[in-house]
Amino acid sequence: MNAAPDPAAPPSHPAHRGFSPSRIAAIARNTLTELIRLKVFYFLLLFALLIIGNSAFMLRFSFQEEFQVLKDVSLGAMSIFTSLLAIVATAMLLPKDVEDRTLYTILAKPVPRFEYLAGKLGGVLVLLFIATLLMSVLFVAVLFIREKWVIAEILREAGGTPNEQALEMIANVKKSAFSGALVPGIAIIYLKACLLSALTLFVSTFASSSIFTIIVVVAVYFVGHLQATAREYWLAAGANVSWITKGFLAMVSLIFPDLQMFNLVDDIVAGNDIALGLFLRTSGLGLLYVGVYLLAAHFIFSAKEL
Amino acid sequence: MIRPIIAVLVLLLAFGALRVPIEHAVSREHREAYFRGAQLGLGLREQLGQVGFLAALSGFRSVVADMLWIKAHTAWERTEWGRMAALFETITSLQPRVIMFWDMAAWHMAWNASVAALNDQRLGREALRVRAQRQYFELGRDLLERGIRNNPDRWTLHDRLAMLLRDKFEDHCAAAGQYARAAAFADAPAYEKRFAAYELSRCPGQERAAYEKLAALFDLGKKEQLPTLLSRLAEMEKVLGIPEADRRVPQRPSESNP
Repeated sequence: MNAAPDPAAPPSHPAHRGFSPSRIAAIARNTLTELIRLKVFYFLLLFALLIIGNSAFMLRFSFQEEFQVLKDVSLGAMSIFTSLLAIVATAMLLPKDVEDRTLYTILAKPVPRFEYLAGKLGGVLVLLFIATLLMSVLFVAVLFIREKWVIAEILREAGGTPNEQALEMIANVKKSAFSGALVPGIAIIYLKACLLSALTLFVSTFASSSIFTIIVVVAVYFVGHLQATAREYWLAAGANVSWITKGFLAMVSLIFPDLQMFNLVDDIVAGNDIALGLFLRTSGLGLLYVGVYLLAAHFIFSAKEL
Repeated sequence: MIRPIIAVLVLLLAFGALRVPIEHAVSREHREAYFRGAQLGLGLREQLGQVGFLAALSGFRSVVADMLWIKAHTAWERTEWGRMAALFETITSLQPRVIMFWDMAAWHMAWNASVAALNDQRLGREALRVRAQRQYFELGRDLLERGIRNNPDRWTLHDRLAMLLRDKFEDHCAAAGQYARAAAFADAPAYEKRFAAYELSRCPGQERAAYEKLAALFDLGKKEQLPTLLSRLAEMEKVLGIPEADRRVPQRPSESNP
């Protein structure tokens, strides 16, 4: 026999969990919506103009030169746009939430600070993914159209029936245009942007303003591209190098991320294939950076008086 | 607030100590797979200027190389050969893995600039013009040889070097060697092997080796029995005095009855 419910008993709620992916997802969703409302995707227009303009400008060059420059410029633009978006969008998150008082509303609820940070970062990472995907689609579309155009021109010159030479040229055009190896290259560009986003979030937990955060991260961006040089010099330094130099190089190597690690796309465009194992190791390092910077952000943010 | 700062410093240093050997190993793997091979030294800093060097260091070396390539194209339109040579040096230092840059740079130097030098009346006597022409041939050869050193896994530049040695230096023995190297790559076109045999047949003292290679190609079937191959094989058979019965290419009546 079932006992009747006790009207005096407090209403039953699901137990509050210390860590909830659904709460993180909710914060990430809100962050993404906020960022989209800021019309951040307008930069895509600039990207489209850049690659279409570049394609039109390169018409007077040979198709090998045209495809080489188109790929270099498009992927370079993709890298700079995703990096800028990652830095600027993330740098605004915490100061904006403090200014709007949204931060206090969220943290007044039983939401752990780590979940708040993870949700914020998650929102930016989704935004970066959408941006990278849209730019990739645009890039592939322009490359595809140009490829078809050049092939049609070759066929027209061959009088409709391609001879052996024309067929070889068509094969060369296809080889110079899109290749599957570009996909891991684009994935690494995205990973670099994720790393920069996590780093920006970490800096913004102790920064006094968005401008300060942006300046610091841009400086780290430049130093990060030289970290590999410092590390190699440090590891190869012999007895004739002073301990001050060694100490400085060691600090640069230990503190700053190696951003050259994620600049593989230049060589991928040049025809290098990246092995799956190497791609996974490089990606793994990128993800490790994101995790560590998020943890570092949590250490500072959890002790911060709000 | 001191404790979290110490915690963060410890975390970053510990992570740094953990990742430095990993990064070093991954960097080595990158280099072995021909990634990150550009040498951005002080010489390049002088050629690129502050902004260009900074851009190249920040992951935009391919874009910087392309901009310089467009500049080199403009220099070509103005026939500024010296400026082109300097630009090609910088471009190939920035992007040593782009075959097109080495190939086109060498072609501009050895074919275009050399002809322009030979026809340049401002250089004076013919001997001086021929010397200038040969210097451009050498520039083209140097570019291709450095290109090969930077791309040891690709056949294309061996083919281009062979063409340069054949057409400009008329060194058929060296050209045969380069064609043979190109042919050794699994993805090289079938004609590389033929070209290697053709050039060997023009190399003094190598008639027997050339004959064997040409005969082996002939025996592969109709697809390989192209006009040049037949004429080179006939020539070798004649030079080596191969008996009529053993000849693959029958002698023409005019040759048998001089």
